[in-house]
Amino acid sequence: MAFESLSDRFQGILKKIKGQAKLTEANMEEMLKEIRVALLEADVNFKVVKEFVSAVKEKALGQQVFTKVSPGQMVVKIVHDELVDLLGADQCEISLRHKPTIIMMCGLQGSGKTTTSGKLALLFKKKMNKKVLLVAGDIYRPAAIDQLVTVGRQVDVEVLNMGDKLSPVEIAKKGVEKAKQENFDVVIIDTAGRLQIDEVLMQELVDIENAVHPDEELLLVDAMSGQDSVNVARSFNTKLHLTGMIMSKLDGDARGGSALSIKHLTGIPIKYAGVGEKLSDLEVFHPDRMADRILGMGDIVSLVESVQEEIDEKEARKAANKMMKGTFDLNDMVQQLEQFQKISMSKILKLIPGMPKISDEDQQKAQEEMKVTKAIIYSMTPEERKHPEIIKNSRKVRIAKGCGKTNYDVNKVLKKYEQMKEMMKQMKGKMGGRMPNF
Amino acid sequence: MGLISFLKDKFSKKEKNEKYVAGLDKSRKNFSSKLHLLTKRYSKVNEEYFEELEEILIEADVGVNLALDIVEVTRNETDQKKITDPKLINEILVDKMFVSYAQQGDSITNEIEFRENEPTVLLVVGVNGVGKTTTIAKLANRYKNQGKKVLLVAGDTFRAGATEQLSIWASRLGVDIVVGKENQDPSSVCFDGMRKAKEGKYDLVICDTAGRLQNKLNLMQELSKMKRVISKEIESAPHEVFLIIDATTGQNGVVQAKAFKECTSLTGVVITKMDGTSKGGIILAIRDELGVPVRFIGLGEKMDDLEEFDLDQYLYGLCLSQEEDE
Repeated sequence: MAFESLSDRFQGILKKIKGQAKLTEANMEEMLKEIRVALLEADVNFKVVKEFVSAVKEKALGQQVFTKVSPGQMVVKIVHDELVDLLGADQCEISLRHKPTIIMMCGLQGSGKTTTSGKLALLFKKKMNKKVLLVAGDIYRPAAIDQLVTVGRQVDVEVLNMGDKLSPVEIAKKGVEKAKQENFDVVIIDTAGRLQIDEVLMQELVDIENAVHPDEELLLVDAMSGQDSVNVARSFNTKLHLTGMIMSKLDGDARGGSALSIKHLTGIPIKYAGVGEKLSDLEVFHPDRMADRILGMGDIVSLVESVQEEIDEKEARKAANKMMKGTFDLNDMVQQLEQFQKISMSKILKLIPGMPKISDEDQQKAQEEMKVTKAIIYSMTPEERKHPEIIKNSRKVRIAKGCGKTNYDVNKVLKKYEQMKEMMKQMKGKMGGRMPNF
Repeated sequence: MGLISFLKDKFSKKEKNEKYVAGLDKSRKNFSSKLHLLTKRYSKVNEEYFEELEEILIEADVGVNLALDIVEVTRNETDQKKITDPKLINEILVDKMFVSYAQQGDSITNEIEFRENEPTVLLVVGVNGVGKTTTIAKLANRYKNQGKKVLLVAGDTFRAGATEQLSIWASRLGVDIVVGKENQDPSSVCFDGMRKAKEGKYDLVICDTAGRLQNKLNLMQELSKMKRVISKEIESAPHEVFLIIDATTGQNGVVQAKAFKECTSLTGVVITKMDGTSKGGIILAIRDELGVPVRFIGLGEKMDDLEEFDLDQYLYGLCLSQEEDE
């Protein structure tokens, strides 16, 4: 990670104000500065940052600091809550009230319209059992139509391909007509990427809007986009009647602060997030997870606190020692997983950043996954478990064979291990190299 | 003579590059009018003036740290020289940006340097949707017009329609192309490309790659593999590796550049979509942190919408021309 997370940033400052009972203007100043930098580095628009920081300041001033938490944690919590608040507390999926429900996709070039059209189609088809029609409305970019046709084939959804001779408005009309005649539930109209300052192309979108009156007009926003993204969203929103946005490429390591800016400045809700290259990689947007991501923190402190009481103390001490020495290996990972199994899964998962909020069904899935993880680790040699870095391709093949899984699964476990190791490192930082109460 | 007067001097003599200036118009207006407004609002500088300068830089995606640095050195100099005229201060600011860019890394020629007795190989990399394929078409067009024999290699076998997209460009431009099958290992397409390049005595081979997010380890490894396969066929290749960066990219651009530099040793950056309103300030941050220079700049969707990057003109476009418009 190139940027320090907010919690990291606070470490140094916290030492200075340790023992002070109240958050005051004086002891908060540096923290607020850090919050500002962290948000700016996450690409939150600077105007929003300004407002945000003063809002946080107002809320935090005069707050009593409880003995259990440090002032820094208090502030982080306030920041986090404010962020969630700003991002909109509710999830909002697309409702398919009309038949057909007409969805128009729009956005800048390369923001992921075509891929996301395919993802949405798959979502409606698979999860809601709907009959979906994709309409190829990008007549400008070479092979854009081919791309949608291929995507349509991959998700097994019909694509209306009128070639590139008709105008996008005509194509959209034909698409809706066809949907009505042939009893489709959803029509998704893909459009060409365009700059918000391109008057001609923007007018074209307005014309499509007037011609087919879409139920949903979705703006694609790249998670990597910078300060200018608010201007883009605003322009699209003035010309059109956007009903929501979709963040694409959230599987990258960009913080995605533009989500916050756009939501705050335009009020357009974020509905979905693209989280991978596979066509099934589309999720309903979770504001709280996004807040964590922007801040670059997981609530690791409270994780430690809640886990502390329930895990076997002796094992913990051993793990802790290893952790301190930085020799956390796969054996330890298995032990950790076993301990985690003892306490409520949902409790833990909620506390780890980037982990999904889970239902009972998911919980069961998580348990299953844990079993698989253990099986994979157990089919490694002791040497491999101790030194996971020696596991290269041929070893992976053998391990996969040993437990009846694939290379992909083995990779997944190794990746998870890397993540846990990283987490351990962070925990170590949190505790200042000293283990409390273990 | 300050940098600005120097530039003005230079540009009044030199024929202005119309397209460059026209393309940058939107970004430039945003940035320079802000600087200009700022100058007007303040007759003398104070604390607030510098804060606003900083915000203008941040808004251009220059990044917090670099923005803070630039403003800091500007401030030191103005303090030392006791300058209070906002106009002069803006000059110093631009001066500092210029110097900061020029000092990082080596000086560069923008154009691709061609090999004597073998094909020159250019690998084009970047995250998804930044405009790799379009940029390749533009580069192919540029060098074909310079009389080079150009071969395209459709190394994006993953994204639906990517090969078709490049093929359409190839036939529009009248250059040859090597294509693979859907989901074929891109390295093997590169291998075929290198073979053909040697046999056909091509001057320039441009390899397209699938867009990949820099935190996907396996995909980054795939890229390293492509590079290895290329250099097995032509030892000194790839001679150039261009990272394509979208002008709208925020702070993640630096992370991207870092990751791609590690696995492919970048030789340059091409910044695309500069005909929009984004200012592309991230290229300054990339240069500052990694020393990778910007080589070309994309200004539209047509095949000749590609220009050499020119720092003078970039900063000139961003900061100066507003004064001439008066």
